[in-house]
Amino acid sequence: MNEVLASGLTDFLDDAVNLQVQVDAIGLGAIFALMAVGIGLVFGVMRLVNFAYGQLIMAGAFAIAFASERGWPVAAAIALCFAVVLTLSLAMERVVFRPLRTQSAAVMLIATFAVSFLLQSIALLWFGPLGKTATSLVQLNRPVSVGSVEIRKIAIVAIVTAVICLTLLVLLLNRTSIGLHMRAAAIDSPTARMLGVRANMVSTVSVLIAGALAALVAVLLTVQYPTVTPTFALQETILVLAGVVVGGMSRLLSATLGGFLIGYVSGLLGGALPSSQSQYLPSLLFGLVILVLLLRPAGLFIRQRGLVERV
Amino acid sequence: MRVGRALVELLAPVLLVVAAGILGAFVSQANEIYFITALISVSTVVAIYVFVGNSGVLSFGHISFFAVGVWAAGVLSIPEQEKPATMPYLFDFLGSTTVGNVPSLLIAAAVGGVFALLVGLPLMRLSGLAAGIATFAVLGITNNLLRYYEKIGPGLNTFSSVPETTDLVQATIGAVLVIAAAFAYQRSRLGRQLRATREDPAAARAVGISIYRQRIASFALSGFLAGFAGGLYIHFIPINVDSVYLDLTFITLAMLVIGGATSLWGAVVGALFVSALDSVLAEMEDGLTVLGVTIDVPSGSRIVVVSAIMALVVIVRPSGLTGGREFALPWLARRRRTAEAK
Repeated sequence: MNEVLASGLTDFLDDAVNLQVQVDAIGLGAIFALMAVGIGLVFGVMRLVNFAYGQLIMAGAFAIAFASERGWPVAAAIALCFAVVLTLSLAMERVVFRPLRTQSAAVMLIATFAVSFLLQSIALLWFGPLGKTATSLVQLNRPVSVGSVEIRKIAIVAIVTAVICLTLLVLLLNRTSIGLHMRAAAIDSPTARMLGVRANMVSTVSVLIAGALAALVAVLLTVQYPTVTPTFALQETILVLAGVVVGGMSRLLSATLGGFLIGYVSGLLGGALPSSQSQYLPSLLFGLVILVLLLRPAGLFIRQRGLVERV
Repeated sequence: MRVGRALVELLAPVLLVVAAGILGAFVSQANEIYFITALISVSTVVAIYVFVGNSGVLSFGHISFFAVGVWAAGVLSIPEQEKPATMPYLFDFLGSTTVGNVPSLLIAAAVGGVFALLVGLPLMRLSGLAAGIATFAVLGITNNLLRYYEKIGPGLNTFSSVPETTDLVQATIGAVLVIAAAFAYQRSRLGRQLRATREDPAAARAVGISIYRQRIASFALSGFLAGFAGGLYIHFIPINVDSVYLDLTFITLAMLVIGGATSLWGAVVGALFVSALDSVLAEMEDGLTVLGVTIDVPSGSRIVVVSAIMALVVIVRPSGLTGGREFALPWLARRRRTAEAK
């Protein structure tokens, strides 16, 4: 028994340090990090957890599928994806987020929960449970050989995209006046407004950036999972939400790190666990999430203030 | 006077549920299903209300307690000779035990309650977003295990040969029992302490209430009732693991929020209102003829309408249809006001 266990562990460790598994895991982590930024940015500015973020990605994926079924060029498919997701984000901000700005976090969470089901059921009504296929970018899913290992191009694309986007975002937040306004609103919204930061402007911009990231994620995910169904990106969003809370929602950086971490761990376990056990992967991940939340409720990457709730 | 008001607060939801039960007895066999579903929904939503409504803490995890109730009652009440066919990998003691209707409901409730207690012991230390995500994680784990662990149930398969004992009478009695339990709890010392922590945690703590203990007690009771509701459900229709996951979580939370999450009356009204709406839309999906006009909506519209209404209620009236208040007779309330004025 012990030998079996030991050999299983060695196999697991061998697989875990395998370059291919590592790159795939980092690639997944990169996509999750982009989603985490989208969720964390809106949370920072509006104190709103956007449960419907996954459905924005789903809508973008359907846009790509729509374009690819009609044989549109790749650029047009991506443009349509951005247009759909950004329009939807703006509409969501105007119709749902803005009227609820003064409500408690729980009310806003329930509202976005409702919106997410609304969008999902509309997609179900429109496209059916089997969904559509997005084939515009599948060639990116092919592997390239680096030395002795084969790495899927999409993993590299995802990592590069994430690095570029995060750099741009850091520049925007730190070097422009709208970035300054956003940071001010995130730290103390009422004071920021008293000093002349326009709340509507700031929330619109953050929702637009989050939307653009959702569109990007839609492009990246459709390459790996070309079958677009109404539940597209749902599982991923749930994991990212968990990751963001685990990392610590009160700062964008810790939220992003949390998102990356849960993607990386999920990719690593998914690649390294034998298939007989990988069906329990969600349990393992959620178990880890609960454990971290119990040990560090404010977040893994947040300096702790003690367990007592501040009132 | 206070006894009178308390009586009204209890009787209003009970009478509403009984009325639904009696109404269900006069409709056709095909439509009776809608009434039974609605009554089981009342049990489920009131079970969730016991924790979410009284504590003010959002829980996405209650359907896990419902699900273990479904599993406990389902697995234990399938006749022994049927078990090897549908559930070949079952633990021996589960395979060789078969219990009757009422014991299976009690076991379902007990399993739900114990599970909630065990989950609550660590989780109730959390609050806010961390609590929300953690309860969600519990739901994810429960679903994952029930889906693949075939020693405790049918796994991905649909339950079959569970005796269909939940009829209109049982569903009504079940809903009334759950309402009575919720009412007794919210007027008890424990319930009032928990409601105090919902209104003002700092003040509640200052008068010596342990938020953690009150939440655990309520969570366990809530899980107990949810398990019971799950037992009622599996004795009504054969379902599989997908029926007790995100969709059910959403629809039950929607019912609670639409009705008004902070009152028992709101939970009951929300459950019945959304169920009624859902039934009418389901009929329309098959083509419903009203006064000679056939209304036909595409199938799948139900969830669109329900989620749109939920979003609308949250935006326009966040406290729900009932305003989150208990039912009160206007003249009783007026008399009380004049008494107070004197």
